[in-house]
Amino acid sequence: MSGQVTGVVEVKEELKHISKEVPKYDSPEKVVGEARYLADVDMPGMLHAKILRSPYPHARILSIDTSKAERIPGVVAVITARDVKLNPIGFMKDNPPLKSNKVRSVRDEVAAVAAVDPEIAMEALDDIEVEYDPLPAVFDPLKALKPGAPLIHDEFGTNSVNLDFGFEAGDVEAALKAADVVVEGTYRTQYVAANPGDTMGALAWMDAHGVMNVMTNTQAPFLYQRWLAEALGLPGYRVRVVQPYIGGAFGRSLDVLPFDVIVAALAMKTRRPVKLQFTRAEELQNAPPKQPIIAMVKHGATKDGKLVARSVDLVIDSGPYVSWGVFDARVMQYTATGLYQVPFVNFKTKVVYTNNPYCGAQRSAGNSQITFALESNLEELAEELGMDPVEFRLKNANKPGTVTSQGAKITTCAMEEALREAAERIGWRGRRSAGPDRGIGFACYFHVGGGARIYRSDGCGAAVKIDDFGGVTVIVGGTEYGNGLDTSVQLIVAEELGIPLDRVKVYINGDTNIRLWDVGTHASRGTFVCGNAALHAAREARRQLLQGAAEFLDESSDDLDLKDGMIYSKKNYEKRMAYDKMIRRMHFFKGAKGTVVSTSYFYEPPSEEQDKHGYGNISAAYGFGCQSALVEVDRETGKVKVLKVVSAHDAGRVINPNGFKGQVHGGVMMGIGLALIEELKVSGGRVLNGVFEEYKMPRVVDVPEIIPVSVGEPDPAGPFGAKGMAESPIIPMAPAIANAIADAVGVRLRELPMSPERVWRALRAISSTR
Amino acid sequence: MSTRISFILNGSRVTVDVEPWESLLDVIRKKLGLKGTKLAFCRGACGGCGACTVIIDGRAVYSSILPAYKVDGRNVITIEGLASPEGLHPLQEAFVEAGAIQCGFCTSGMLMSAKALLDENPDPSDDEIKDALRGNLCRCTGYVKIIEAIKLASKRMRRPAGGG
Repeated sequence: MSGQVTGVVEVKEELKHISKEVPKYDSPEKVVGEARYLADVDMPGMLHAKILRSPYPHARILSIDTSKAERIPGVVAVITARDVKLNPIGFMKDNPPLKSNKVRSVRDEVAAVAAVDPEIAMEALDDIEVEYDPLPAVFDPLKALKPGAPLIHDEFGTNSVNLDFGFEAGDVEAALKAADVVVEGTYRTQYVAANPGDTMGALAWMDAHGVMNVMTNTQAPFLYQRWLAEALGLPGYRVRVVQPYIGGAFGRSLDVLPFDVIVAALAMKTRRPVKLQFTRAEELQNAPPKQPIIAMVKHGATKDGKLVARSVDLVIDSGPYVSWGVFDARVMQYTATGLYQVPFVNFKTKVVYTNNPYCGAQRSAGNSQITFALESNLEELAEELGMDPVEFRLKNANKPGTVTSQGAKITTCAMEEALREAAERIGWRGRRSAGPDRGIGFACYFHVGGGARIYRSDGCGAAVKIDDFGGVTVIVGGTEYGNGLDTSVQLIVAEELGIPLDRVKVYINGDTNIRLWDVGTHASRGTFVCGNAALHAAREARRQLLQGAAEFLDESSDDLDLKDGMIYSKKNYEKRMAYDKMIRRMHFFKGAKGTVVSTSYFYEPPSEEQDKHGYGNISAAYGFGCQSALVEVDRETGKVKVLKVVSAHDAGRVINPNGFKGQVHGGVMMGIGLALIEELKVSGGRVLNGVFEEYKMPRVVDVPEIIPVSVGEPDPAGPFGAKGMAESPIIPMAPAIANAIADAVGVRLRELPMSPERVWRALRAISSTR
Repeated sequence: MSTRISFILNGSRVTVDVEPWESLLDVIRKKLGLKGTKLAFCRGACGGCGACTVIIDGRAVYSSILPAYKVDGRNVITIEGLASPEGLHPLQEAFVEAGAIQCGFCTSGMLMSAKALLDENPDPSDDEIKDALRGNLCRCTGYVKIIEAIKLASKRMRRPAGGG
């Protein structure tokens, strides 16, 4: 059961904290039940909000009558688009928080109530009378593009979203023609709910200074501040965002959604605290799921297995509004040009408005979907070539010191080593040799590991202050929702300063008025970007401390060092003083300058925004890896059981092995859910299995043997050599399992999830053709 | 309509008026102010997530679907009652040490299920641990370190003071 983190990442003896197994920073309060999540926070006089959503996927609103609801005792406010002026939200500003003329999905917000308790608010919703004129709806993105299809946004005149994520490197058609072997296939992925324990919500109140305060479980508090201010028509400095402990997010909390704006609008109107937190059913119906894709993929290779060209044609169903989900296309584009060495690549997308639910980003932001398509197709190609899958992948693996056709500068890269580890540790002996009805599959990944410049700034700020007793507080802009950034920051700062770990307190989440800006925790960027910010802030604190000490120890600060909490002269160890004592000297000693050590640093990773052709190095480092899966297929039922997973990652130096293993275990299990179990079934624009017991997620009985492996070497740009890796383990899981199923029973599944029914049907199809 | 009930909560007797439709979870969280037992907003439509698990007379029970009046005269333990004045319960120590916690939302419920298991079966096999955690969802950890933590605690509890 226990997986050892092994590999060549060498831990230098002089590192005191880095790469040591330490408990997660916030686990003491979580283990006694003291951590307060949004659900645990109430305010005096607090009202509860509920939102009336459309019963139709597409309809005109003819009239809204709220008078009856307003008369219910306990109802304090009812709002509609008529009563409050709210600006549209989202990347295309196409999503009015309250809809006035038209609804475009069953999620669409028509009215909202604030009442003294949630039951009264719910009851009041029933008394809001809305007259609709239902319109024809469209749920198939390909049909939505046909002439005469119902228009989602009448004013645009088309359902084609005005966003192009296309990228072209070389003449792919010619290269495919010249290739010895070409394999093509169409792959589909599903809607998946993030569905963490902590449902989406917000608690808003206006304070006496006229500031809108919002406590919310967002992952991106500073973008939230900006976007909420824009939606409310307030200057940004009059919005303050506070994050409590957050019980998981996985990417679905990056957007500001209509409910956020509505809660704030109700707080403005009532001048009382107003809270809304999704029930589980609301979470499953209304929280943004993972973006599904339809991907038509073609690979061409020479007969000795060298990839020459790749073409990807992608259809993305935007739902009625453009959210982060659509922008998964940019990650997919980057993988299309980046995964393996492929000289010619053509990547095309169609983004389409429909009446389906709109999506969000979710762990790996598109990479798990596109990697399913690419790695499945590559396996089909390897089979066609009659090549061993490991040998085939090694032949095309990414290498250090290369640049992709899209401009990704690959610095450190140990994909080959990851492949070898994944093959050896899973017991690979060639195709069809895992035993009866058993199979082994492989898939690799390419992902950002040094931030991801998808916004104009990819930076993070951190501040360090040292109190009179040697206590160090690091204030960091990044967000903690279980990802372990708190612990990485603690390790980095303690190491850099040379002090015991327990002296370092990490201020994370909390208040946007106190923290320095950060773009948000996503894209596996926390340890790399926020970690670098904390490292530089600590480095400056150390410099200030040694400079101050130079005076008292009568030594040049260059000759001083700080280790294990002791400042000493490297030339004469007799000259030394405990750092906390030195801090007091610098502050209080008679004749001293009255110095208090406090620093801040804003770290902007050395990456570039993509130019208008899509070219640019968006990350300061890249992560690579390979996963292998051993599965067993029950031919009677079609049920696939995953028996063992080897999960090998080049994450640079693993600075927090406990966190590394936890992310591997969790990502692998989420990947098994994506591959085999999970699906929000959407029909007629509505989630059909939107109650908790019908949305199946991996449970403890589904856990296989999982072996986390670390490969590679410290990355020169990462804090103590670290690269990001938290999303990585989900990325290659579904294709590794699909390839293992093919190895086990000879069927190729091109659609997720690979449910027992789909596997059984595929098995039946091949047995009937034999 | 309300009924006065009395039960032992984390070792102390409490008396509280409850409505017939009120869940034990609501009473613990709202009326008694103990927020460590987690609310996953299932509103009675139970998905078997186990975040609300408490121990009643030695058995792990979902408090969100149990009417509060049913605990009259019984012994209830929540996450707040797991540690003693002397310190953390070995399970709590093991969860921290083994890295069994990420977002922490499932942790209270996991600990309750684990305690109920170890109280009855001090030396469970991997399969018995998995069986005891069937009714607890975790979205973050992949369960691996939770199982490791329970094994670690079990080992320590069987070899007290100074044992490995």
